[in-house]
Amino acid sequence: MREIAADDIRDAVAKMAVQACCVLPEAMKEKLREAEKNEPSPTGREILGRLLENAEIAESDMVPICQDTGLAVVFADVGQDARIIGGDFEQAINAGISEGYTKGYLRKSCVAEPLFERANTKDNTPAIIHTRIVPGDKIKLRLAPKGAGSENKSVLKMLVPADGLEGVKKVVMDAIKAAGPNSCPPMVVGIGIGGNMERACLLAKIAAARDVGTRNSDPRYAALEDEFLEMINKSGIGPQGLGGEATAVAAHVEWAPTHIASLPVAVNINCHAARHAEIEL
Amino acid sequence: MSGQIRLKAPLDPETAKNLKAGQSVLISGKILAARDAAHKRMVEALDRGEKLPTDLTGQIVYYVGPSPARPGKAVGSAGPTTSGRMDAYAPRLMKEGLKGMIGKGYRNSAVIEAMKENGVPYFAAIGGAGALIARKIKKYTVLAWPELGPEALAEMEVEDFPAIVVIDSQGNNYYETGQAPYRRSE
Repeated sequence: MREIAADDIRDAVAKMAVQACCVLPEAMKEKLREAEKNEPSPTGREILGRLLENAEIAESDMVPICQDTGLAVVFADVGQDARIIGGDFEQAINAGISEGYTKGYLRKSCVAEPLFERANTKDNTPAIIHTRIVPGDKIKLRLAPKGAGSENKSVLKMLVPADGLEGVKKVVMDAIKAAGPNSCPPMVVGIGIGGNMERACLLAKIAAARDVGTRNSDPRYAALEDEFLEMINKSGIGPQGLGGEATAVAAHVEWAPTHIASLPVAVNINCHAARHAEIEL
Repeated sequence: MSGQIRLKAPLDPETAKNLKAGQSVLISGKILAARDAAHKRMVEALDRGEKLPTDLTGQIVYYVGPSPARPGKAVGSAGPTTSGRMDAYAPRLMKEGLKGMIGKGYRNSAVIEAMKENGVPYFAAIGGAGALIARKIKKYTVLAWPELGPEALAEMEVEDFPAIVVIDSQGNNYYETGQAPYRRSE
């Protein structure tokens, strides 16, 4: 058993929170530069230029790229031969979120209860933690803060097998049209196909949080990612919904085995501030 | 977005009414900052027949909940939030003299009707460009409900705040006319 201190988990999460919220991943910047070069709409080009300028300012001033620094979503791959010492795993993650969001001047956007008081928890905890037990003795943590502008436009549809690929495409397009400018395009679109209700949603989230430039390992689904992106960019929505071709810079698909009677489809949209950070302990 | 028009806030009614969808503007002066919770409280106060913490005549409201300011700065990151969530409250505030709204995203038909009735334009700021926009905000003063944190009602002093008229007081909608030329699917 390899020992990993809970304090090290806390410190890593705190660091990732600030990093993810203030520094746009280089691959995303590259996509925005590419979009700026290819965008036929003058307004669209100007917006893409300003988004790149915004990313530079955020990084140099260590100010969040977007004021909505989101709920903190943490994907944790915990090696089965790792042993956490000196504290509780989820508490350590939440302590890191609290520290990162407080000391890093990030916005606290979490309310303790959804319907009655909606009182702010004041440190952006609790994080939403997805833990998997995996082979090995390491812990991999991936933090993907997610703002509500794009999250609120998420969609789940329980299609049936007869709906097929055409049905899936319609779900995606309807979601994109409904999102329009509200989800701060250019977007990264995460599409989860298969599984059951909750798995489809989680797949869509994982897809939206994937590094841009990565592709589904199954060539059929990789081809589908290209097809979806092309379809989305024919919508005319464009940067900020003011018209153009760069409605999305990437479409990511994740899939899973499903029931003989089901074809679940979930769409989770990420805005252009497609933020995440990853660390291995 | 070329040919920028300079606007002074608060807005005079004639200027507000004559702005056209698609025009790019730079706003300087004093604007209000409010989002969900502050809107709810303003409308509740009006429903009880109470006075608002500030006079809305000619005011532009910016839908924003900034991240905390680092020492020496007025605000942290301060981009627009989704306007649609304020649709339930906006017509009531226009009746009180509100002359402009800044946010991002679509508005419902009740809001657009109220904009036409009251001569109010709706501006879009660049969503997710909070760090860039923060540089245009020189001062941030909480006017009411500090317990709401980033959702408090505040006044902002802005200089050359960039925005685009997306729906004008005649109901012309640049989200529709801007997208149409690039649409290649039904």
